[in-house]
Amino acid sequence: MWSTLRSLWLVFRFGFRRRVTVQYPEEQPYLPPRYRGRIILSRDPDGEERCVSCYLCAAACPVDCIALQKTEDGSGRWYPESFRINFSRCIFCGMCEEACPTYAIQLIPDFEMCEYDRQELVYEKEDLLISGTGKYPGYSFWRVAGKAIAHKDKGEAENESPPVDVRSLLP
Amino acid sequence: MTETLAQWLNVIGILVCVLTIAAMLTWAERRLLALWQERYGPNRVGPFGLLQPLADVIKLMNKEDWIPPMADRPVFVIAPAMAMVTAMAAFVVVPITPRIGIVDRLDIGLLFFLAMTALTVYGVAVGGWASNSKYSLLGGVRSAAQMISYEVFMGLALMGVVILAGSFDLRQIVIAQQGLWYAVLQPVGMILFFVAGVAGIHRLPFDLPEAENELVAGFHTEYSSMKFGMFFVGEYVGMVLLASMVTVLYLGGWDGPLLPPILWFLLKMGSILVLLVLLRAALPRPRYDQLMAMGWKIMLPLSLLNLMATGGALLAIKGPLTS
Repeated sequence: MWSTLRSLWLVFRFGFRRRVTVQYPEEQPYLPPRYRGRIILSRDPDGEERCVSCYLCAAACPVDCIALQKTEDGSGRWYPESFRINFSRCIFCGMCEEACPTYAIQLIPDFEMCEYDRQELVYEKEDLLISGTGKYPGYSFWRVAGKAIAHKDKGEAENESPPVDVRSLLP
Repeated sequence: MTETLAQWLNVIGILVCVLTIAAMLTWAERRLLALWQERYGPNRVGPFGLLQPLADVIKLMNKEDWIPPMADRPVFVIAPAMAMVTAMAAFVVVPITPRIGIVDRLDIGLLFFLAMTALTVYGVAVGGWASNSKYSLLGGVRSAAQMISYEVFMGLALMGVVILAGSFDLRQIVIAQQGLWYAVLQPVGMILFFVAGVAGIHRLPFDLPEAENELVAGFHTEYSSMKFGMFFVGEYVGMVLLASMVTVLYLGGWDGPLLPPILWFLLKMGSILVLLVLLRAALPRPRYDQLMAMGWKIMLPLSLLNLMATGGALLAIKGPLTS
């Protein structure tokens, strides 16, 4: 009997504690910066697209929800002519973000992507591309890459030494 | 003419109020359970979620009303009605204030209440039998056994009140408490009656008949839509009935210093209802044999002792009746 009354008193005291419910959507939950939410394609600090359509993200994706097609612009720079992510398949694991060599594809702390129609959940490149640099502000792949594009020959990238003429190494 | 009009107003008013309180009690129970679990209850549907019972009723009415193929049809349909009607019929004798109350004077008022609560066993047992399903049958049989055994000492515990008041009429009992509430004179009796009442309306911690994680849903497994709704409402009407009976018999009914009598009645009834929800929030469910053992081996002897002590004390104080 005493334990019963004690249980009643203990539970009654819980009524005076602050409630832990987050009243969504008036209050938003705290999302840390590395939260794996919606996928975006980011741009360089110079404003150009970062994605070089290397297909590494499509290869790394465990559910095969990424589809893209590479093309080149006139100066030798690679970029995707189409980039499609099917968000009804995406499991938000972040494998594509880990695989990307140029910090192009990123997962941001945003989860509000509800749709009524499953077709609306297939995002094309214009839905994914953002105008900023995303989570990694200073990185520009094409400045450190070794490939020759317009305005930059082989050997003129940052931290790159000029190419060696192998015939001058002969004794 | 005005006499019958007043009478009709009483009856319809009390009926409507009881059903409204039972419906709002679902809202209050969910909010209070949430309060004691550090969360909010329903607070989206109307202001403070007050329209939630309405949303529940609309949902229940839209469900498919299905009768199991081998069920005993007429009995299956009548069982929820039995449960609800007997619970509501017991309100006939409850005196709410000196002027409000369906019956002015019924010399066997308390016996009528006991008879009506005994009839609620029918609704449950018959519902379990008519469903033609193992879970329902087990739930119905267990529930009938539990309600019957707890009603034995409910009657005995109430005899203490009858001895003190000298009458079975509920109005006389309330008037006899004007100076001192019977909660002070009969604490053991009050606890016994309360426990028996909680078991009689098969509410936690005695809700084995309908426990969600025990027997699927016990005796109302096969019921859907408004039939289930009627069992549900019958249970909440039973809660309101228990709360009003405890206030009438032990807490002085409409007695109180400053506020109007109706407000005192509602305050006392409300605190007993909050206590009932706290019981649901806080207590674990005993096993069926533990429940029955407690009823027969602890509560029944206690009620007999209470009766003997009350009678003996009254005899010692007032001397034997000479008439």
